[in-house]
Amino acid sequence: MSAAVDLPAARAPRRTLRHRLADRGVDRMLWLVLPATAFVIVLFIYPFIYGLQLSFDPLKGGPLANYKEFFSDPYMRGTIWKTLRLGLPAALFNVLASVPVAYAMRGKVRGKRTITTLLVIPITLGTVLTAQGLIMYAGPQGWLNKVLTGLHLVDHPVTLVHNYIGVFLSLVITGFPFAFLLTLSYLSGIDPALEKAAATLGAGPWQRFRKITLPLLAPGLAITFTLAFVLAFSVFPSAQMVGKPSGSTRVISIAAYEAAFQNFDYSMGSAIAMIMAVIMLIVIAMVMVWRATLYRGSTGGKG
Amino acid sequence: MSDKRPDHGSGQGFAELRLEGVSRRYGAQTALDDFSLSIKGSEFVALLGPSGCGKSTALNCLAGLLPLSGGSIHLDDRRIDTLPPERRGFGMVFQNYALFPHMSVRKNIAFGLQMRKLGRAETAKRVNEAIALVQLEQHADKMPGQLSGGQQQRVAIARAIALHPPVVLMDEPLSNLDAKLRLEMRMEIRRLHQDLGLTTLYVTHDQEEALSMADRLVVLREGVIQQVGTPQEVYDQPANGYVAGFMGYRNLLELDVSSADGDYAVVEGGGVRLVGANRGGVTSGAAVAAVRPEDLVLGESDGNGIRVTVRIAEYHGRELSVEATTSQGRSIYFRTPERVAPGDEVTLGVPRHRVLVFGDAERARQGLVAV
Repeated sequence: MSAAVDLPAARAPRRTLRHRLADRGVDRMLWLVLPATAFVIVLFIYPFIYGLQLSFDPLKGGPLANYKEFFSDPYMRGTIWKTLRLGLPAALFNVLASVPVAYAMRGKVRGKRTITTLLVIPITLGTVLTAQGLIMYAGPQGWLNKVLTGLHLVDHPVTLVHNYIGVFLSLVITGFPFAFLLTLSYLSGIDPALEKAAATLGAGPWQRFRKITLPLLAPGLAITFTLAFVLAFSVFPSAQMVGKPSGSTRVISIAAYEAAFQNFDYSMGSAIAMIMAVIMLIVIAMVMVWRATLYRGSTGGKG
Repeated sequence: MSDKRPDHGSGQGFAELRLEGVSRRYGAQTALDDFSLSIKGSEFVALLGPSGCGKSTALNCLAGLLPLSGGSIHLDDRRIDTLPPERRGFGMVFQNYALFPHMSVRKNIAFGLQMRKLGRAETAKRVNEAIALVQLEQHADKMPGQLSGGQQQRVAIARAIALHPPVVLMDEPLSNLDAKLRLEMRMEIRRLHQDLGLTTLYVTHDQEEALSMADRLVVLREGVIQQVGTPQEVYDQPANGYVAGFMGYRNLLELDVSSADGDYAVVEGGGVRLVGANRGGVTSGAAVAAVRPEDLVLGESDGNGIRVTVRIAEYHGRELSVEATTSQGRSIYFRTPERVAPGDEVTLGVPRHRVLVFGDAERARQGLVAV
């Protein structure tokens, strides 16, 4: 607390305060956080709070009228189940499929960069282009059906778009690269010497994966799953374009869109958006609770 | 799974582990070339060499973690280089320990026993034995992350020996420990080796470690064996200038042979003239004279005298470690109990049998001098 003897007495308190703040990590470097904080407040927190209060201010009825209407109307309520039925399996598939691919791609693999690039391209395309491509390829008049009918493998074109399968495929195409990149980075963080050690201790390839790699990878897979799920849950363009937006793929975002931009009931739209957020948070919370039971410490690798 | 059980059972008894012409290439680069070695049961063999000399490659090939590019490995009459690592049943201790971070000390040690399906009671018994051997009783239920480096190393050793493997492979196990702990663990490993009658293959770049622990040393350079022998043989009679340099002959003077007979050779160059033991069978041409710093004394000895000027004198307690240069700028290192100071001009002597003269294949190969 005491200042150095040769300092003028008047300056001592100010220096002390600055030192105390610096001890707690408060210094001018902290200003660097300002742009990001402002960005989050303006573009996320403010709209969220605005939407939240808007949802409690319906066109008619009490503050909870929107929520009551949503949950009492089976057509509206059903969108939750339809979205979960798409989002959960798609996220699960993406995560599970990414594990063996990432497993094969870690370490030095010939052509690794090329393969990774190919796998990652769908991310850059965006959902609309993917949906468009899916229609061209797998639609009733698409190449796939032309080939199949041309070869007389099928009598009638296989219906792969404008239904559940179409949306699922589009979620896999856009979601898989994302899950793969995350899984690969988690897997690269696990020290390869661990599996070698397990091998010298008598563990075969499957046991090495099951007993060593998977338990260390699982927390990462949980994170990957939640992100993949959030991506899939907010599916909108592909549900419209390659799905059946009035039937099996009438997802919750379509309901919100219709309320806000077709019925011009912004309040109802906000309420549905809030319900979406709550459902996502519930799923994420469940995954995080499971994750908390896992080993989450060091994995000995460079990650 | 029982059919996958390694067929050596728990027995350590074997007569000989034989590597025949083992080689390993990475693309155009040869990491290990025609490596042949025979290790007897209960022997402690150290593979010694600088980083990149192929010693870890040899160990990984033996463990089955790297496929061979050529050659074969036999345990008595059984060929084992075709077996995957999990069926060789060699214990291995890794440089970074490679403990399973999500398992307690006890579970780490039990892992191999469980893979071998030894049964709950037998597993628990062997785990407790192994934990007692490395004196980790108080830490048995901790996670690896809660242990110090030395303790982690003990766990790694316990894990490897709990299986009673026929051979224990150690890949620079002490290089991540501080100096004091290294000395302790060195003795500990040697003690375990003797008490349990293990067969140990120990990789290190530290000549002191190799000399003090091993029954036999294998000195490697660029994937090629330079010398195999007991610590005393390698220390006193290095096979060539390279091994000598590794064994503490810090002065490797490149000189030219002026005369030689079967026992002694006279080499000179750059104002230095030395008579030394003719170890390389040289007759003329380029040679390397190897001299240990501690063999040099102040004052001419045995007809050998080098005039040098002291440049740097390091205080090492009882003696000084000195760097000096000849009039032609050649560096000479010596140790002396006398108090010399930078700038002093002294004459250094060395008994002729303490100067080893080798043919300088290196310089000859590079075409710098005629042989």
